[in-house]
Order: sequence, then structure tokens, then C-alpha cells
Amino acid sequence: MIDMILSNPGFIIILAGVVCALLPVSQIRKAILLIAPIFAGYMIYTATKDMEAARFAVSVGGQELTLMRMDRLAMIWGYVFCLAGVLNAIYGFHEKCKITDSSALIYMGAAVSGVFAGDFLTLFIFWEMAAISSVMLVWKGGEKSFPAGIRYLAIHVLSGVLLLAGAVMYGRANGGDFTFGYVGLENPGGCLLLIAMGIKCGFPFLHNWIQDAYPKASITGTVILSAFTTKLALYALARAFPGTDLLIYIGAIMTCFPVFFAVIENDLRRVLSYSLNNQLGFMVCGIGLGSELAMNGVAAHLAADVIFKGLLFMSMGAVMFRTGTAKASELGGLFRSMPYTTIFCLIGAGSIAAFPLLSAFVTKSMIITAALYEHEWIVLAMLLFASAGVMEHSGIKVPYFTFFSHDSGKRVKEAPVNMLVAMGLASILCIFFAWPWGGYQFLYSLLPNPEVHYSPYTGNHVVTQMQLLFAAMFAFALLKRIGVYPDEKRAEILDFDWTYRRLGKNIAIWIDAMWTRLSANVGRLRKRFIDSASDKIYHMFSPAGALSSAAPSGLPAVLTGSMLVLTLFVIYLSRL
Amino acid sequence: MDILSAYPAWLITHGAALLVVLPLLLGAITAILPRERLAWIVTLIVTLICTAAAFGLLLTIFGGETQLYKMGGWDPPHGISYVIDGLNTPVLLLISAMAVLCTIYGLPSVAAEVEPKKRAPFYGAFLIGVAGLLGMVATGDAFNVFVFLEVSSISTYVLVAMGASRDRRALTAAYRYLILGSIGATFFVIGVGFLYMETGTLNMADMARILSDLGGGSRAALIGFGFIIIGLGLKLAMFPLHMWLPGAYAYAPSFVTVFLASTATKAALYLMLRFTFTVFDPSFEYVGTVLTYVIISMAVLGMLLASLQAIFQTDARRTLAFSSIAQVGYMLLGVGIGTAASLSAGYLHLINHAIIKGALFFAVGAFWYRYGITRVEDFRGLSKMMPWTMGAFTIGGLSLIGVPFTAGFVSKYNLASAAASNGWWWAVGVIMATSVLAIIYIGRILLIAYFQDPPEVDGKVVAKKEAPLMMLIPMWGLAILSVVIGLNAYWMDRAADGAAQVLLLGVGG
Repeated sequence: MIDMILSNPGFIIILAGVVCALLPVSQIRKAILLIAPIFAGYMIYTATKDMEAARFAVSVGGQELTLMRMDRLAMIWGYVFCLAGVLNAIYGFHEKCKITDSSALIYMGAAVSGVFAGDFLTLFIFWEMAAISSVMLVWKGGEKSFPAGIRYLAIHVLSGVLLLAGAVMYGRANGGDFTFGYVGLENPGGCLLLIAMGIKCGFPFLHNWIQDAYPKASITGTVILSAFTTKLALYALARAFPGTDLLIYIGAIMTCFPVFFAVIENDLRRVLSYSLNNQLGFMVCGIGLGSELAMNGVAAHLAADVIFKGLLFMSMGAVMFRTGTAKASELGGLFRSMPYTTIFCLIGAGSIAAFPLLSAFVTKSMIITAALYEHEWIVLAMLLFASAGVMEHSGIKVPYFTFFSHDSGKRVKEAPVNMLVAMGLASILCIFFAWPWGGYQFLYSLLPNPEVHYSPYTGNHVVTQMQLLFAAMFAFALLKRIGVYPDEKRAEILDFDWTYRRLGKNIAIWIDAMWTRLSANVGRLRKRFIDSASDKIYHMFSPAGALSSAAPSGLPAVLTGSMLVLTLFVIYLSRL
Repeated sequence: MDILSAYPAWLITHGAALLVVLPLLLGAITAILPRERLAWIVTLIVTLICTAAAFGLLLTIFGGETQLYKMGGWDPPHGISYVIDGLNTPVLLLISAMAVLCTIYGLPSVAAEVEPKKRAPFYGAFLIGVAGLLGMVATGDAFNVFVFLEVSSISTYVLVAMGASRDRRALTAAYRYLILGSIGATFFVIGVGFLYMETGTLNMADMARILSDLGGGSRAALIGFGFIIIGLGLKLAMFPLHMWLPGAYAYAPSFVTVFLASTATKAALYLMLRFTFTVFDPSFEYVGTVLTYVIISMAVLGMLLASLQAIFQTDARRTLAFSSIAQVGYMLLGVGIGTAASLSAGYLHLINHAIIKGALFFAVGAFWYRYGITRVEDFRGLSKMMPWTMGAFTIGGLSLIGVPFTAGFVSKYNLASAAASNGWWWAVGVIMATSVLAIIYIGRILLIAYFQDPPEVDGKVVAKKEAPLMMLIPMWGLAILSVVIGLNAYWMDRAADGAAQVLLLGVGG
């Protein structure tokens, strides 16, 4: 049993989460929250020394479950998740909530366990566990979050069910081999798996749960949520579908379409949710490209993304913690009262926009370069457009409307110290990952294919990137100047979920109304028909009905005789 | 076989005869016993001995040997022989075990439902009925079948009529049953007569040999087959020859209803299997045609129409009675498809249905015993008034519907997969549809029992009054058995597969 718990770093974290659920003392819980991911990270480190020896499998009911499988792809995901866990623990230090603490740990543990799962059945278990534990974080966001949480849960359970169905089909086609490895789309089970992962990863038209649930979760909840769910799905994609062409285009579309929504959205946490989607698009595209460089780019960008997206959500969370809102229309001019938060947010914004010396610069470019090598020109153009778009909505819009813009008149205290520490650490990491003298080399050394050489700081790259960024800034300034840039307004924007939440409902209402109207005309006819049919059934079968009437014995006798005649007739016919 | 070695040798070697002779003789004695309690004890002992003998015989069958018992040492085909093989032994055990359970249940139940001076004759008639059923299953002689068919039928008419002290309608029901049952028996004996004309023998194995030599026989054999099918069809309540059944089940004493529902129709169905597959042969053109066109179409019609009829019944016993007719349809469907898998499934359903319906009728009888109710609408709040009895009823009901992990699921699933592997997807559809209908007619009762409050009498809620232990024991025994079969049907499958094997190989001279 102890073997089993120590086999996979995620199990320790899940166990810590269970312990936390029973611990009444907040301080001890916080300590566990901090120590568990660090310990898990250390376990990953020891496991990487001998990757084969770390493998652990148990046999359950004749089915072998590989609970632990270590390789370089899993390793970086494991490290990143542990790192995010540490930052989240620090960030959430002020909050005294048992449910958040324990569900955060279980959720994180499930994600880490999922990353180290060696077969689809094990993955399914943690896939569902992550969904169920994380919905608690959504529900902690207050009353409005409850229906969103239900939708979140429904869609994730659906994803899990599809995953299981796909895994079973795939396993059967594979002769009972459930190994979580390359799947591809040749098998119908593979298609189901892709849809399951796509739901969790926020593929276009399947993405709405992200923007629905994340902005409605609690402040710390959103930060925690942003790190794991989609990234676990991404890992699954990287495992099962590297080099699947379809993913290139899905990824490219994923990078572009959120840009438009993000630009017009007022709720800044929702803007960040769209930008999360957009960053995922880059990585999905990278997985689709599937070359060694692209896969490196995916892993590196994942590491960078978890940190800077966490940082941005943290800064918005800090603002919300102090002002009580994250609506662009109600914020502005906060740089005076929250200077440190402003700086950290700017670093995060610069990172996501890929300024040189900030993290995405050394990571996203790998994916774009890989697209260039593959001669995917349209995709390349889309990725570049999306990069500019990222600059627009996350790089400029988020910090601009929060900390600068017109003064909202809000004078609040600086964010709590623990939040500042967490944001500060994240900022340092953002810079460290892109540090030209030893920083990015360290990040690159952790990538799945360390032998691939890539150097980000070439004159060409720096200049191109600066051109792109300045063009975007110029565009923002120009649009703002001539008043075309969409104002921060309190408004609901319609996304694709409108089709199934509103359109579908309205169609149903319309059909109902039409049916009522129609039935006013045909009502009598219908009633007469149904009445006569049910009358007939009743008269036939009820105790008062024809079949049950206590007819004199003569009738059954005659019936028996007729049955005999019928049978003899059939026999006679068979002899013809 | 350890258990078998504990048996006295005579119980096995003479078991076949003992099964029939013992209840037959003691039935006559029991009828004139002065005290009802004494009669009850004799009945219990006799049925227990029969069960032990049947169980021992089943063990020898599982051990791989079949028995040919020659009555009085006369060799067949001239003497009467009893055949103990994989096909009839499970039915023998079923009949005698159900007789034991009914007897246990009867101690409180008969005392409540039958007039005091008729109780000892009641037990006597019951024992003779048991003897008749066991005889018609065990015997290997066609005319002997008719004799025991009549023995069991006549005693059953009496037993049904005994319900008159509870409900006078039992008399008309018994009369109807008498008329129709006699027609059925007459048809059967006419059929046997035709067969005798064709083959010149009454021994079934002999008949089978001669018929197959003749390649199915002449017109006399054809007509004989038609008469036998219809005669037995009436006895086993094949739709539309079921008219005697609802009345008989609804108005007989609870004890008799249980016994009839779980044994009488089953024994008749066994005979149909025996005649269709081992005396005749489905490879004869006319047998195959009748199976495909008459038996299957009647099975399907019965499944659908009787289930619909069950939904509309106001009386719980009549609901269950119509459900029995529908369930007979399942078994006939298995017979009609005629593959090894479907025969095994139909045979399994025969046994499972006996267990399930036994539990259900036991529970309904207990409801009457405590509160004098049989109408579905009176079942309000029974889950609170008689939780244990209602619990057994619920398990039985779920099993009848075919919920997974119950006996009903196993046999319905086997039947559906047998139909599917034959390519008969429409039959799978019919099985599903009638299961849905079963959900409705059982669910209707469960809804009322569980979700409505107990009725109030004079402003007070009716008190909780659980059924007596003697009723709960057999009821729960069957309910638990049905779950056990649902969880592990190994022995059942083995028995059913053994029976299917006998059917497909023929009796083999």
C-alpha cells in the first residue's frame, strides 16, 4: 500500500488533500498546501534519475493499471504543476477555507497523477477526479457560480465518459492494450478520445465552459483552476495525438477567435479566460505540428504559460480582492494605490505578449518557428495575427484598463503580502525563463527533446518581435485616439454557447408556442384520436374490457378449437 | 459428490418411483386425518422427502448418469418406465422444493383462508396434486403422462375451489378451469391416441425411434402433434388459451396460487418441450413449421397483449396472473427459436420465473393475510406497514422486470442474446418492449406502496403489522435466491444447458 502511495507523486498530494479536509487548523493546512507540492517535486526529481525504475503497475481484476510512468514529457508537466501548486499555496495563504484547501490539493494531485498515468483507465480515474474536485473551487465563487459549476461539472463528466468510451474502443481494437501512448485518428476510439480531450482543452465550439466557469470562481479558485485542467488535457493530447494534422488547424483557429471576444469583453477575468484559450491554441497547434522542435515549444510554452497566466489571474485576483470587482468599466487608475501589483501585472502582460527578456519570447517563438519549418504559411499568418492579438488584449488591455486609463477614483490598499510574494515569485520566474545568460538554457534543458538546438536571441527574431509588438501598440493607441476601440462597457457578449444556451432554448420555446398554436386547430382531432385509441386500449385490456370479460366457458372452448384448426392448417401447409 | 454419499442408496435407486408414489399414497391418508396440524406435518415431511430425493437425483445427473426406472421391473416398451435425465430433474426439484415452501407458508395461510373442516382434505388434495405433477414430469410413458396430468388437474380444481370461503368467485373460476382443463387433457389424450395409432407404442423413447424411422410419420402423427400442442398449450396458458388462468390464480387460496403459478404451468411447459423435441423432432417439417409460425407468433402476441392487460388490472393478483401469461411467452419464444442457447434461456426462464412469481405471490398472499387487501389501490403505504414483505415483493418485482443482478435479468438477457445471435432483432425489440411494460405494471404497484401514506381508519394511521415468520421465511428464501441467481448463475446455467442438450440430442432410444 505504501509502495503504491509513494509510486506516484500525485498520490501524495491527493493524500495531503484528504488530510487537509480533516484538519481544523488553518495554519497547518497552509503548511501542508505548501509542502506537498514541494515534496512531490522532489519525488519527481528522484524519479527522473532512473525513469524505468520509477514505473509502477498494479493488477486490478485482471487488468493491469500503470499507476506511474516517467519520461521527459511527463517530467516537465509534473514540475510545472508542482511549481504552480507552490505559487498558488502562497497566493491563497490569507484565505481560511477548508474546502478550497483540500479540493485544491486533491485537484492538483489528480492532475499530477494523471500526468504520470501509464494507461487510459488510470488516466480516466484522475481525469474525473480532477473534474469533481475542481468544481468545488468554482462553487466557492458565490451564488452566481452555482449554475456555472453545474454546467462545468456536466461538461467535464461528459468529457470523462467520452474518454472512457474512447479508451475502451481503442483498447479493444488494440487487443486489450490500454497503454496511454500515441493513438491517432485511425481508430473510431481515437476520435472519441480526441473529442474528450478537446472538451477539456477548450477546442473551438467546445471552449465555453472556460469563460463560463473561470470568471465566476473564487479569487484563489480561478488562479488554481487556470493552472491544471486544460493543461492536463494538453498533456493528454501531446501524448496521444502528436503530429495529427487536424490539430494544427484546430490550434490555429483556437489562437485567433478568442482575440475578438477578448477585445470587446468587459470582465477582465473573462478576458484572461479568452486569452487562456488563445495560448492553448498555440500549444495545440504545436502538438499538431509534432516535430521535435514543436514539441519542445509546446512543453516550454506550457511552463511559461502556467506561470504568466497564473500571474495575470493573480494580479486581477488581487485587484478584485481589494476593489471587489474585475470589470474594466469600474476600474482604472489603480497604479497609484497598488504600485507593486501594477508592476507584476505588467511583467505578466509583457510575458504573455512575448517581449524580449520575458518568458513567452523564448517559448512561443519555438512553435511559430516550427510552423515556419513545416511551411504552413496560412497557419503561420494566423499565429502571428494571434500574437499581435495577445499583445492587444492581454498585454495592453488588461493592465491599461485596470491600472491606468481614466481614474476610477478607487483608493485601496496594496495587495496582501502573501499575494505580493506569490506574484513576485511568478514575475521572477517569468524573467528567469527568458534570461539570456543561463535562464532559458535551464528551461530548455528540461524539455522532452533536449538535443534539439534553438536559440531565441537572434537579431532577426528580436527585431521581428519588436516590430510586431510596436505595431500592435500603435494600433491600440490609434484606435483609442480616434475612438474606434471598443469601450469598456457593461455588456454580455455572445459566444458560441449562445447557440446551445439561448438559441436552442429559444427554438424549443418557439416550437412549443407553435405547437400550442397548431394544436388549437388540430387539438380536437388529436384529442379525438388519442381518446379513441386509449378508449380502445382500455376496452380491450382493462378488467372491464373485451379480453378480460368473464365469458362463459363456451368461448374459450371455441377458441381452443379454432387454435387447433389453425395449427392443423399450418401443419397441412407445411406438407404441401 | 460428498452430499450424494450421505444419501441412503434406496433414495437414489428408487427415487423416481418414490417421488410419485409417496405423495400419492399419503395424500389419500392425509385427507382423512382428523387434525389439521397432523395433516400439515405429514405434508411437510412428504414434500421434504421428495425434495431430498429430487436433489439427490439432480446430483447424480450432474455426476453424468441418467436413470431409467422400470416400474415393477417390466421392461419398456411394455412396462411403464420413469426417465430421470437432465431435462426433467431440475423441474422435479423445482416442484418438490416449491411444495415444501408452500407447505411452510400454508401453516398460517391455510388457517386463514380455508374452512376448518376442509383443511385436512386440502392438504390431501395438495399432496395428490404434487404427486400428479411429479408423475407427469418423471414418467417416460405417454399415456402415463395423461393419467398424471388428470390427477394433478383434478386435485387442482378442488384446491382452487377451496378459495370459496374467501371469495365466492373461486367457484366459477374453478368451474371454468375444470371445463377448459378437461378440454386440454382430452386434446392431449386424443393426440396420444393418434400417436399410438401411428407407432403402436406408448413409450416415449419408442415413439421417438419409430417416428424418426418413419421420417415424421403419416397424417395420423401430424394430427396427433397438433392435438398435443394445443392440449398442452392450454395447460401451460399459451396465449390465447390462457382464459382459465387469471380467475384461477386470483381467487384460489394464496397457497394454491403460488403453487399453481410456479409449478403447474411449468410442468406443462416441460411436457411441451419433451414432446416437441424428444418424441417428435424439430427437423420434421411440420414440427419446425408449427414452432416457427404458431408457437412464436403466439408467444410474441402473448408477451405483448398480456403485459398490456396486466397494466390495466385493478387487482394485484390478476396483474401478476397476466404477467405470468406474458412470461410464458418468453419461455415459448425460447422454445420456438429452437437453438441450444435459446432453449437453455427459455428453460432457465422457466425456473427463474417460478422462483420470482413464487416470491411475488407469497408477498401478495401475506398482504391479504394481514389486511385483507388485493386491490392495487389499497396497497397505499404498505412499505411502512409491512416493510419486510414489501421488500421481498420489491426484489421479486425488480427481478420480474429484469433489473441487472437479479434472476430475471439473467434469463431475459440470455434469451435476448440467443434471439440476436439468430439474427432476430425484432424479437430482442419485443423482449425490451415487454420489459418496459413490466416496469409499468410492477412500478405502478411499487409507487403506490412506497410513495403514498398508509390509510387512516377512524382518524388513526393503520398500525404496522408484519407478516408472520412462517410466511416471511419462504418469501425471503425465494427473493434471496433470485438475487443469488442474478449474481452467480453457474448452477442454473449448468442445469439449463444440460436440459438444452437433452432436448437437442433427443432421448436417444
